[in-house]
Amino acid sequence: MSPIIGIMASQISGHLNNYAYESIQTVTLGSTQSSISFTSIPSTYKHLQVRGIARGTFAATNLNLCMQFNSDTSNSYTYHQLNGDGSSVAAGGGTAQAFGFVGRIAQANATANAFGASVIDVLDYANTNKYSTIRSFGGYDANGNGYSTLMSSVYIKTDAVTSIQIFGNLGDLVQYSSFALYGIKG
Amino acid sequence: MAVTYTPIATTTLGSAQSSVTFNSFSGYTDLILISNPKVSSNQEAVQIQFNGDTGTNYSFTQFGGDGSSTFSYRTTNGNYIYVSNGTSATNYGAGIFHIMNYANTTTYKTVLGRFSEAAYVAWANAGMWRSTAAITSFTLSVSGTSKTLSTGSTFTLYGILAA
Repeated sequence: MSPIIGIMASQISGHLNNYAYESIQTVTLGSTQSSISFTSIPSTYKHLQVRGIARGTFAATNLNLCMQFNSDTSNSYTYHQLNGDGSSVAAGGGTAQAFGFVGRIAQANATANAFGASVIDVLDYANTNKYSTIRSFGGYDANGNGYSTLMSSVYIKTDAVTSIQIFGNLGDLVQYSSFALYGIKG
Repeated sequence: MAVTYTPIATTTLGSAQSSVTFNSFSGYTDLILISNPKVSSNQEAVQIQFNGDTGTNYSFTQFGGDGSSTFSYRTTNGNYIYVSNGTSATNYGAGIFHIMNYANTTTYKTVLGRFSEAAYVAWANAGMWRSTAAITSFTLSVSGTSKTLSTGSTFTLYGILAA
């Protein structure tokens, strides 16, 4: 379930009234890099959302997009996923992983200029009494191959999330890959 | 920290229409379209085209379930992307459609959609418009000849601006 925020629709643009959703940081790659990182995340929000597009360098049509917290590379993540690839629906999961899965992005063998996208929620990230849960909706389409995915991951530590790392399951992320971090007040 | 997630426009149909167009949404990073449509014939789709492009420059991968079965299919070299599928002539559906990084002029445009209508299927899709042009407008219509969006259908557009 998405963090519940009241969204007021109005035909008057610029009508602001105590919105709960704030942009924190944006990273857009000017060249190929191994990852995108958000650091020094303030603890003053209730939830976080990460939104972005990415493409990888690996010699495949697509791979999972991954997320780690606090540069923690230990096997402290679990995940479940439900996805469709254009011909069938599949489910999967894993425990004791070194990262959570948060989407599916095009790689080097996919149609040029095709990027995957993800909308990723990190719930109650600053709470030190619970594990942090990640929920994501993402996918890509490259006109002949593609994935639509629903994923959930858990960081099996009660540490507050103070930084986020995003990267491809294999290979690097290409120029123009871009992610933005948002804070949701509660 | 910049406050964002800004309401841009809402359209509620006072009568049946063949299409709805949004064209004033500059200055954001992502767009979110929240749709609550009903259509003139059962199980028709609400579809989107960008910048008046009616060519075969669209594709999408979609999956869903109807309570007993799951489905996945793909459209390639198509004329549209589905914002909603399996829309009803009886009940209003509910959907959220993300148009990601819509103003950049370097990548093809990626969209993500989720839509449900109680009588039919819950769907999720990922789509691509094969153009590096910035999106400056989009048009919603109904699949199928002479099909329309019904009275009371609502579409609300929000803009999200990254820091």
